[in-house]
Amino acid sequence: MGKVIVVTSGKGGVGKTTSSAALGAALARNGEKVVVVDFDVGLRNLDLIMGAERRVVYDLINVIQGEAKLAQALIRDKRLETLYLLPASQTRDKDNLTAEGVETVIAALKQSFDWVICDSPAGIERGATLAMRHADVAIVVTNPEVSSVRDSDRIIGLLDSKTLMAEQGERMEKHLLLTRYDPARAERGDMLKVDDVLEILSIPLLGIVPESMDVLRASNVGSPVTLSDERSAPAIAYFDAARRLRGELLPVTIPGEKRGFFGKLFGRKAA
Amino acid sequence: MTSLLTQPRPIRLKGRSFLALALTPEHPFEDWLAQLDHLASRSTNFFRRRPLVLDVTGLEIDRSQLRELLDKLGERNVRIMGIEGARPSLLGPDMPPPMADGRPASDIEAPAEDERVEAKTPEKAAPPSPPPPKTSPSMLVTEPVRSGQALFFPEGDVTVVGSVASGAEIIAGGSVHIYGTLRGRVMAGTMGNGSARIFCSKLEAELVAIDGYYKTAEDLERDLRGKAVQFWLEGDTFKVGSLA
Ligand SMILES: Nc1ncnc2c1ncn2[C@@H]1O[C@H](COP(=O)(O)OP(=O)(O)OP(=O)(O)O)[C@@H](O)[C@H]1O
Ligand SMILES: [Mg+2]
Repeated sequence: MGKVIVVTSGKGGVGKTTSSAALGAALARNGEKVVVVDFDVGLRNLDLIMGAERRVVYDLINVIQGEAKLAQALIRDKRLETLYLLPASQTRDKDNLTAEGVETVIAALKQSFDWVICDSPAGIERGATLAMRHADVAIVVTNPEVSSVRDSDRIIGLLDSKTLMAEQGERMEKHLLLTRYDPARAERGDMLKVDDVLEILSIPLLGIVPESMDVLRASNVGSPVTLSDERSAPAIAYFDAARRLRGELLPVTIPGEKRGFFGKLFGRKAA
Repeated sequence: MTSLLTQPRPIRLKGRSFLALALTPEHPFEDWLAQLDHLASRSTNFFRRRPLVLDVTGLEIDRSQLRELLDKLGERNVRIMGIEGARPSLLGPDMPPPMADGRPASDIEAPAEDERVEAKTPEKAAPPSPPPPKTSPSMLVTEPVRSGQALFFPEGDVTVVGSVASGAEIIAGGSVHIYGTLRGRVMAGTMGNGSARIFCSKLEAELVAIDGYYKTAEDLERDLRGKAVQFWLEGDTFKVGSLA
């Protein structure tokens, strides 16, 4: 049985889709079977980031509505044969995303994949709550600024109340992925400090991804950054995050700073 | 439609109790409204989706003044669900209904339309409301209270082992103890308990209130920020003191 991960944030544009693709590719590089599911009905992006936009025939809504089989909608990545994409619909109404439909699709994906990564839309509406509903693990993508942190806090509250795990009285495993971290701005004090974000959200840190032109460059060529330029700083951060997801204990380094911060932050108890 | 008419069933009226906040306007109303605006501007959504009662007990107000006040509140999106302490002559049919002090409510069955139906419905007397407990109940929260979460505990004290986030809110009938950072809002003693207190180990609050008296982040002395503090009332004055 595979693990279902939701990549969520509340606030838009913080890097959920970038992270879903990069982590998906990083996990698949090890030979594990990975599917990345786009829940952003009407604003799909994942197909572009993964360079599959011209190969989309059927999508999640088609599968939910019974117009296509799951196997017909899944797109295999051209570079990694264990990486798949289940695209969202760009044209259909998001009301077609039904709770029962999502449940059936996720249950089927869990049977044949090691990792099911759900790229959540922004906000706290239906699309976002359905994306998190069946997750085993949540990755909360946050930028080091107040509004993003507050929205993430709100999302963590929903993860602890509105998901299937929460309703069954279980605790969802949650990880913080701090993205678009800019060492120069941190130096000037224009950004929240890593410690402050961790203190406010009090969930364990999965990684810190630096703000980098490599991310834009990767998306322009339609490739997850972990595939297009694996030696780049953001790619390394995502590879490390993927290893931590598998349960490895690796120190987290703050970009631009020498000190590692293993004992201090990663060892912090999950809330 | 016809089957509905031929098979009369008693309509079930279910008891619901909410913790309503009571607004107690004071003369001059302009000043009072200005204060209300101030509070609303400090904490957005303060009055949204929350049952509000207008308490006019002992207030010198006539019907046209009351109507004007309700209009002014309406303009501010403050919706009043009932009016407490008003003489019957004060209330017009276009106004919220009169209300008396809220009590815990049990389910109520509306009277059936005829004997036959009544006989078929097993009559169960509504259980009498439980007598007020002697011990003071308390609520223990062992995780952070997240943004967007609201905790209502009109029965007594609330203890949070963790932080209360910006945009989170705790409303307690008794005192509130926060062992983490208080970044959100806390209202203690909301059922009219002026001896309630608020304690936190790190103060970053958006708003604190005891028995209706409040302070917003702006009103709080700067040098108390980040400190362990307590709040209490001495008569009408809101007191703050360091706990260290
Ligand atoms: N580490 C990074 N460095 C530089 N730019 C980044 C980084 N991460 C993301 N971006 C850019 O930020 C923008 C938003 O990213 P992305 O689409 O992944 O966010 P999202 O959270 O999925 O947005 P939405 O809420 O709209 O779905 C994109 O232009 C992306 O290239
Ligand atoms: Mg996205």
